[in-house]
Amino acid sequence: MRVRAFRRRWTVFAAVAMTGALALSGCGGDDGGGSNDDKSEVEVFSWWTGPGEADGLKAMQADFEKKNPGTKFVNAAIAGGSGTQAKAVLASRLQNRKPPDSFQGHAGAELLDYIKAGQIEPLDDFYQENNLKSVYPQQLLDQITYQGHIYSVPVNIHRSNVLWYNPGILEDAGIDGPPKSIPEFITALKAVKSKTKKVPLSLGAQWTADHLLENVLLGSLGTDGYNALWKPGADWSTPAVTKALNDFGEIMKYTTLEAASTDWQGAAKAVVDGKAAFNIMGDWAYGYFIGDAPNGLGKKLDTDFKFAPAPGTEGTYMWLSDSFTLPKGAPHRAGATAWLKEVSSKEGQDLFNPKKGSIPARKDADKSLYTGYLQTAFEEWNNPQTKLAGSFWHGVNANNKWHTDIDTAIGLFLQNRDVAKLQQGLVTAAKNSGQ
Amino acid sequence: MTRVEAPPAAPAWRRLAGGLRGRGGGGAGTSAPGRSSRAVQAVKLAVLLAFVLLFLIPVYVLIVTSFKPLAEADPSSAWSLPSNWSTSGWSTAWDALKPGLENSVKIAVTGSVISAVLGSMNGYVLSKWRFPGADVVFTLFLFGMFIPYQAVMIPLAGLLTDMELAGTIRGLVLAHVVYGIPICTLIFRNYYVTIPDELIEASRVDGAGMLRTYWSVVLPVSAPAFAVTLIWQFTSMWNDFLFAVFLGAPDSWPVTVMLNNTAGSGAVAVQYNQQMAEALLASLPTLLVYLLLGRFFMRGLMAGALKG
Amino acid sequence: MTASDEGLKAAGAGRRETPEEHRSSLLRRSRKWLPGLLLVSPSIAAIGLFVYGLLFWNTRVALSGKHDEVSEYGFDKGRNFVDLWSQPSWPGAVKHALLFTAVFVVGALALGAFLAFLMDKGIRAEAGFRVVYLFPMAVSFIASGVVWRWLMNPAPPQRAVGFNQLFDKLHLGFLSNSWWQHPDWGMAAMALPAIWQMSGYVMALYLAGFRSVPEELREAARVDGASEWKVYRYVVFPQLRPVTLSALIILGHISLKVFDLIMAIAGKQIITYVPAIATYVEIFDRHDPANGATIATYMLVAVAVLVIPYLVWSVRSERTR
Repeated sequence: MRVRAFRRRWTVFAAVAMTGALALSGCGGDDGGGSNDDKSEVEVFSWWTGPGEADGLKAMQADFEKKNPGTKFVNAAIAGGSGTQAKAVLASRLQNRKPPDSFQGHAGAELLDYIKAGQIEPLDDFYQENNLKSVYPQQLLDQITYQGHIYSVPVNIHRSNVLWYNPGILEDAGIDGPPKSIPEFITALKAVKSKTKKVPLSLGAQWTADHLLENVLLGSLGTDGYNALWKPGADWSTPAVTKALNDFGEIMKYTTLEAASTDWQGAAKAVVDGKAAFNIMGDWAYGYFIGDAPNGLGKKLDTDFKFAPAPGTEGTYMWLSDSFTLPKGAPHRAGATAWLKEVSSKEGQDLFNPKKGSIPARKDADKSLYTGYLQTAFEEWNNPQTKLAGSFWHGVNANNKWHTDIDTAIGLFLQNRDVAKLQQGLVTAAKNSGQ
Repeated sequence: MTRVEAPPAAPAWRRLAGGLRGRGGGGAGTSAPGRSSRAVQAVKLAVLLAFVLLFLIPVYVLIVTSFKPLAEADPSSAWSLPSNWSTSGWSTAWDALKPGLENSVKIAVTGSVISAVLGSMNGYVLSKWRFPGADVVFTLFLFGMFIPYQAVMIPLAGLLTDMELAGTIRGLVLAHVVYGIPICTLIFRNYYVTIPDELIEASRVDGAGMLRTYWSVVLPVSAPAFAVTLIWQFTSMWNDFLFAVFLGAPDSWPVTVMLNNTAGSGAVAVQYNQQMAEALLASLPTLLVYLLLGRFFMRGLMAGALKG
Repeated sequence: MTASDEGLKAAGAGRRETPEEHRSSLLRRSRKWLPGLLLVSPSIAAIGLFVYGLLFWNTRVALSGKHDEVSEYGFDKGRNFVDLWSQPSWPGAVKHALLFTAVFVVGALALGAFLAFLMDKGIRAEAGFRVVYLFPMAVSFIASGVVWRWLMNPAPPQRAVGFNQLFDKLHLGFLSNSWWQHPDWGMAAMALPAIWQMSGYVMALYLAGFRSVPEELREAARVDGASEWKVYRYVVFPQLRPVTLSALIILGHISLKVFDLIMAIAGKQIITYVPAIATYVEIFDRHDPANGATIATYMLVAVAVLVIPYLVWSVRSERTR
């Protein structure tokens, strides 16, 4: 049937191309999907190729293969900071209707485009069958529900608002402890600059500036103010946002010149290597710091580096979550379902998360497995007093268009350093998002 | 090469293509009369040598870094020789790139062979068996050589999907072959133009048809043009990134995409020795082709003077 | 002038034909060229479909309001072509492409011509020089970008790597600069790897050009008492105009389409944004096919303006010869 459909379109198209006729219909999509119970293989698409995360994926893969001996696991991971490269490749595969069996996506607005384009299937039945609604926190379920349907299976929780710092450099600069507010942060950066020869705040390629922006916005506007920015019709032109962006502009003055040719690892490494005082990066940096060579840096918490909530964000957990989906037309649907089951299981999450350096999305995980930084994270996430904010850069609040437009505004700011223009760009981005 | 193929007013590409049949490609440097004085020679040599050093800088860094052990491979020590030579970077690079290398071989070998055959037929007809409007067709072909492929990428992806070729090696070969038709046609046409028309006419008078003439008169002398086309197409298909990244999928990715996935900007904390070894590994086949068959390559460049 | 052309001319000239004769001569003529057309027809069909058909289709997308993957194509009266200019990243992308093109084309032409000039009269180990200058042509930007990213790192002296570190070691610290991360002139530095890759090619073109100037011409000028420089100035250089023109066209169209190089060195950052990267971002990151197609159409127009006059001129001047 597909062959006939193709032939028809091909003939039509050839005719059109040859005669130059003007009537041309777009490429409609016939979804070849439906149900198939092919369990021989599962191709899992993710951007987990980095230190820690690749090991975590391997551990989960091993458990999966033990439980599903007949299924071949194909790892289609693509490298690239926080998935920027991978998402482009994924979009091209989905547009070409060559979906993997399951792909990683940040839980939240990032999945909206796929849902609206009908590229992923609702997983309500899957949640029902496996009794999953009771094991995930309600707040998380709300974020991954669209028009009453759930579209993805979260595997972990990461924290975006972490300040990593080098205790030795802070001592040299005469700073008592991690700054607790944005003004304190700026004072500390000044002190590092004037009293040491070190980089005050290390920064990487453009997207790490986006990451810094969300942290400064949260620190300056407070949790409620930050969360309000992502509501429909939110106003980005307020004086409060102006102030936050001025702070951002000020903080950017203390960053590295070579940022654009460094990725987050290079920027984070500068702190533990004693080349930079501060770095603001998600808690995935922790696994990178303490892991063994060749993937990790083998550094020690408290001696080589310390951490604190990003300035002004204490008591708030700016979260993001990696989740897996079921694309329409997945070639091995049964394999994909088996993989989603692994991802949602307590064992799977407890195997994956300690290695990845994140905490499980499930509420019933084994607390004893999470030590060092992760213990703190685990406790804070499960503390009812903790306020929650979604990370925009990591897919929680903004759809792809909005996300890209903010990235563009930041990119332009890195060139012209004009705060007013930045704010204008952000206002327009919010207006045009169509979210 | 002192042969003059055409008066100066002739278009460059036509004139340069004449070099195809010459012996030495870009000029074998037979000592010309009027050689400059010894001092001038020495200065020239020194300047040329300085540029050789400049041109080799990237290669130096690539090679020394690829042979460093992991701990030593770092941008900050890019200029120093390895204190311990190690091949660990090369072996991990080989493991990481092997599937991509295999795909690249499949794509580039099949693609360039098909391209050459098509180019030969087209070039033959457009030079020796012309039909009304052949010039228009040729011009339209040539324009296809210059189009930015971005301008066809969206519909091309859709079309290949409809043909069930998206993300497959066959799909990539198809794209390369089709968009290679212009350059291959140009190379062969410019080569066949130099075959005397009398030979073709004689064959016709003997009653041979178009294909017979092609088979018995044209094909036997086509080896140089085939070599040029094969090398040219192999190189450009091997080095392609754009088509592969838009139209490929993990099991059909050529080495360039694999390399960019592990080493591209925005990549994870790369193991630099492996990264540099990967870059060298990905370049070796085209470099070898170039070094071993460089003479043909040069002629390809001349013939392809219209293309980048 | 080929045999078949002569045939056509001969048939068309002379006395008036009777209708029967006309029909039979038409048949005879078509029998002559029809097989050729048939043999080329698969290629004609492929080019028609994949080049012109798809260009047409792309323009169709560019003229539509399909700003996400779900909506229908519709027809937007070319609004995208206007709106694009008010997109914050677009003017910069155009500026970057132009700056890159200027530096790359001039740089590669000048260096290539200079190297060819030095080698023109034969030099020791010429083959060796040619190999070195030309080998970057055989390497993809994706591969060489890996090392160029290191070399053009703007870190200041205490953390210097790459060229800046080398300058430091050679006590040439004043040469240190921020390379492609300079907010205004970064794209000029981005042109360096492109010059590295293409100047050998230009050299080869010029070398062939130099050597196709008949030695007799040079000799005649020398006999007239011209100095060696004047021989070049008045005899050799004027002959190189066609070479320069084709080199210009080749470099120009590569440059307007630059993608791999920037992708490999800087990725998709605004500081090195160019139209080809913008297409990629619009299609894959913003999920906006109409905008992506619009940018691609602008690229096509830029290339067409450069290339079509040249192509028409080339084919025509060859025919009228």
